[in-house]
Amino acid sequence: MASTPTSVQAPGRSVWDGGVSPMGVSYGKLMMWLFLLSDAFTFSALLITYGLVRSSHLAYDGAIDEFVFSQAYWPVPEKVFEAIPFFDIHAPLVFVGLMTFILIMSSVTMVLAVEAGHRMDKKAVEKWMLWTIIGGITFLACQAWEWTHFIHGVHTLDPNDFEGANLSQNQYGPPDFAGFFFFITGFHGFHVFSGVMLNFLIYYRTVTGLYERRGHYEMVEKVGLYWHFVDLVWVFVFTFFYLV
Amino acid sequence: MAADHHEGNPQVTVIPPDKEKIRKLWKVAGILAIITAIEFAVAFLVPHEFSNTRVWLFIGMTIVKAAYIVGEFMHLRHEAKVLIWSILIPVIFIVWLLIALVYEGMAISDLRFSL
Repeated sequence: MASTPTSVQAPGRSVWDGGVSPMGVSYGKLMMWLFLLSDAFTFSALLITYGLVRSSHLAYDGAIDEFVFSQAYWPVPEKVFEAIPFFDIHAPLVFVGLMTFILIMSSVTMVLAVEAGHRMDKKAVEKWMLWTIIGGITFLACQAWEWTHFIHGVHTLDPNDFEGANLSQNQYGPPDFAGFFFFITGFHGFHVFSGVMLNFLIYYRTVTGLYERRGHYEMVEKVGLYWHFVDLVWVFVFTFFYLV
Repeated sequence: MAADHHEGNPQVTVIPPDKEKIRKLWKVAGILAIITAIEFAVAFLVPHEFSNTRVWLFIGMTIVKAAYIVGEFMHLRHEAKVLIWSILIPVIFIVWLLIALVYEGMAISDLRFSL
């Protein structure tokens, strides 16, 4: 279980005088926390820049039912992201909602893997790591579909209209809109991809018994921190890119 | 973490799961799912005319979700105080950047469109 601060110290000595970990975590976990803090700065910079650029464009202020795509104002996200695979219906935000749910569930299975690691339960760590990997791959598959749909676009009646999106123009709104979509969800998606790779490595090393021989499953905790962070970032992307 | 375990001991003792702890983890998962569902409800039930209300509701719920993920899943709430503050205090920079750049964006918008 979690490391409680190990402050068994001689009288008159500070925890910072050496010999104990003042922060109560191992070197590896502390460094993972600091890395995640720096990564949080990177993601914040991307999302906040999105806010800056969006607020420097006109907002759509007409009735929501009469919304049409235009270069003149920033699009309403729920009007852009309203497609789901296999069904030709308007289902605003349903697909990203599903993606959010998948990522939260994979965070839960990850925390269960960490819990199993604390109990030295190799079989349970294997089971929950595998579920976490499946959740991550499912999320990536959803994102691949989302990108494909965004790039190909929706069919318009006017043959002169540009359909879909690339980095220089898109049918949904100002060029920056698609740019931010690709950068923010792409950067997050790459984090998910890296997370799946790390999760697989941890799963493999659990199966081969490395952590059991080592006597602890702390690597599961460290990669778990990273995986939860990826989920955390998605919570913010979901709010600031899709909902607001 | 298994501090009582002896290095190189081939006999690994598996501790049985603590049902209470696992129930608490699922409870957090349930809370996250429910908040996401409420976000959906707000997205479709609160009309777009109340855009300020919508934005503040979304931001509030996002912060609650973030607090549960960082506090419970990432276990930060149960760590040493000095670690908690080492992670939370630098977040001030993010808040500052957010406020500064959104105001900047509105100023740019004024210059471009309302003059």
